[in-house]
Amino acid sequence: MFSRDSWQEIFQTIKKNKLRTFLSGFTVSLGIFIFIILLGLGNGLKNSFNQFFLDDATNTFFIFPSSTSVPYKGFKANRKIQFKNEDVVDIKKNFPFFLEYISPILFRAGTISYKNKSNNYSYRGVAPVYQFAEKTILMRGRFINEDDVKNKAKYAVIGRLVAKDLFGSEQAIGKYIIIQNTAYKIVGTFQDAGGDREERYVYLPYTTIQLNEKNTDKIDQIVLAFKPELGYTGAMIFEEKLTKFLKEKHSISPTDESGFFIRNVADNLNKNMQYADILKLIVSFVGIGTLIAGVIGISNIMVFVVKERTKELGIRKALGATPFSIVAMILQESVFITIIAGYVGMIAGVFVLRFVGDSLENYFILNPFIDTGTAIFSTIILIIFGAIAGYVPAKRAARIQPIVALRDE
Amino acid sequence: MGSNVLHVLKGINFSVEEGELVAIMGSSGSGKSTLLNILGMLDLLDSGTYTLDGVPIVNLNETKAAKYRNKFLGFVFQSFNLINYKSALENVSLPLYYQRIPRKEREKIAMQYLKKVGLSEWATHLPSELSGGQKQRVAIARALAAQPKVLLADEPTGALDSTTSYEVMQLIQEINDEGKTILVVTHEPDIANMCKRIVQLKDGVIIEDKKVTQIRASDYV
Repeated sequence: MFSRDSWQEIFQTIKKNKLRTFLSGFTVSLGIFIFIILLGLGNGLKNSFNQFFLDDATNTFFIFPSSTSVPYKGFKANRKIQFKNEDVVDIKKNFPFFLEYISPILFRAGTISYKNKSNNYSYRGVAPVYQFAEKTILMRGRFINEDDVKNKAKYAVIGRLVAKDLFGSEQAIGKYIIIQNTAYKIVGTFQDAGGDREERYVYLPYTTIQLNEKNTDKIDQIVLAFKPELGYTGAMIFEEKLTKFLKEKHSISPTDESGFFIRNVADNLNKNMQYADILKLIVSFVGIGTLIAGVIGISNIMVFVVKERTKELGIRKALGATPFSIVAMILQESVFITIIAGYVGMIAGVFVLRFVGDSLENYFILNPFIDTGTAIFSTIILIIFGAIAGYVPAKRAARIQPIVALRDE
Repeated sequence: MGSNVLHVLKGINFSVEEGELVAIMGSSGSGKSTLLNILGMLDLLDSGTYTLDGVPIVNLNETKAAKYRNKFLGFVFQSFNLINYKSALENVSLPLYYQRIPRKEREKIAMQYLKKVGLSEWATHLPSELSGGQKQRVAIARALAAQPKVLLADEPTGALDSTTSYEVMQLIQEINDEGKTILVVTHEPDIANMCKRIVQLKDGVIIEDKKVTQIRASDYV
């Protein structure tokens, strides 16, 4: 079946029937190509989804104050709730079992300058553990530490893009920047996977900001992390207990939903993972659909090829071709074309994906790729199904009576 | 071919000796092509026996039929039935391919037969570059290449003008002169008279079976 002779016979058939070969090869290439592209783009979509939603630590709560909506214990409704340093201390004291770390956050924005360069930036007063909540990656130097907080040190940690804006290629660490007429020494620079916005932040010890603002003890938000081993259920219990505790402490009615809010990232994470799963499902669905369409395309082309060759096959049979040799010839030819064309389609698809790269980032497609295993696996699937699809018409062609095939009409 | 069974041949008793040149005549629908197809193992008989060169042709499955066809029979068709993307030489060597003869040898044998039919200069030409008479001669060379016991020709001159027809018949007569058994289906009396025996078919039965004095096609050319 695989003798040199039969290969020569097949190469001749392929060479002399260029259009037919091209058509069937093109169908296969296109099928694989579209499959690879779609799967790659789907992966890209998934990547940017993960980057958007799964960047920050996933065991954190953000607590932010708001206004009450219900009068309670002699307080009127619409009372503004204000968190203070003692809230952080109290939570630390009351929930040691649940708590991994906790940090206050102060949000500020303003002009930050170095020598004659200046720009507007957001800056935040935080505790050392805040580094873990944002998954900040230090490039040089260090983050805010406990001593800085205790000493209300005038130290700053700046984002990669702040350093780029103000210092260019100059080394930023050890230099002084001016924020609100106060000079801060830069002790570290960081990057953040969360994107450009998060790399334009400046972090200061929260106590230093409070000192500068008439030694206040007010804070804007609290971020805390629960112990990851609590799991999703533990996190929900913690949230419930924490809500009750803070409502009591700030004299908010137990029925009031709006005194403050807890953004539970664990809850979000759960939801986002569900979205990610659905996304994955859609991508695989589209992929499988394309693969099926490819297989159907190959089957059609095989039916067409066999139909076109009916007369030739009849002649071959009259000259002594056995049914087996007919099936073998057609299959050998179709598998050969499918392998070559499938490989070409696969390479073209992978190449296009690599070429596209991150240029579609604005369309939420990040680093579209397809792992080699999936690419090869799907190509093999298509080749196998192509062979099966070719077998049915080939078998029928082999069974056809030569006199029927050779009728003159 | 549908579920309707049509009995075309209704009892034929007929034998051909080695070296005969038999014309099978009859109007269309008389069953002459069906007879030839059964002899050629392209069609199956529902009842009766068929013995070829002392071998009873029974229990034919497709593979067996293919092997018999390849070994015992050569076909010549009205519409030539050359494979259009193969050159004359490749067409002639195709039956040898199915005998698993190596390529080089195949081409040597095929060339011999092309020479025999006078087309050695046309060996590399495609069928579309040949005239009708040349195509039929290539087909005859192909039918002979496998050295069959019997040559079956179904209206070999049906698609040719009379001059070309006579040329083809001359070739067939020459092959017969060398001792090959040949059956020719035709409805043209002049072609039939160039054979040595005429079998007349009508409505599936033989109405006449006579030996004739052969008219040489070379007389006409």
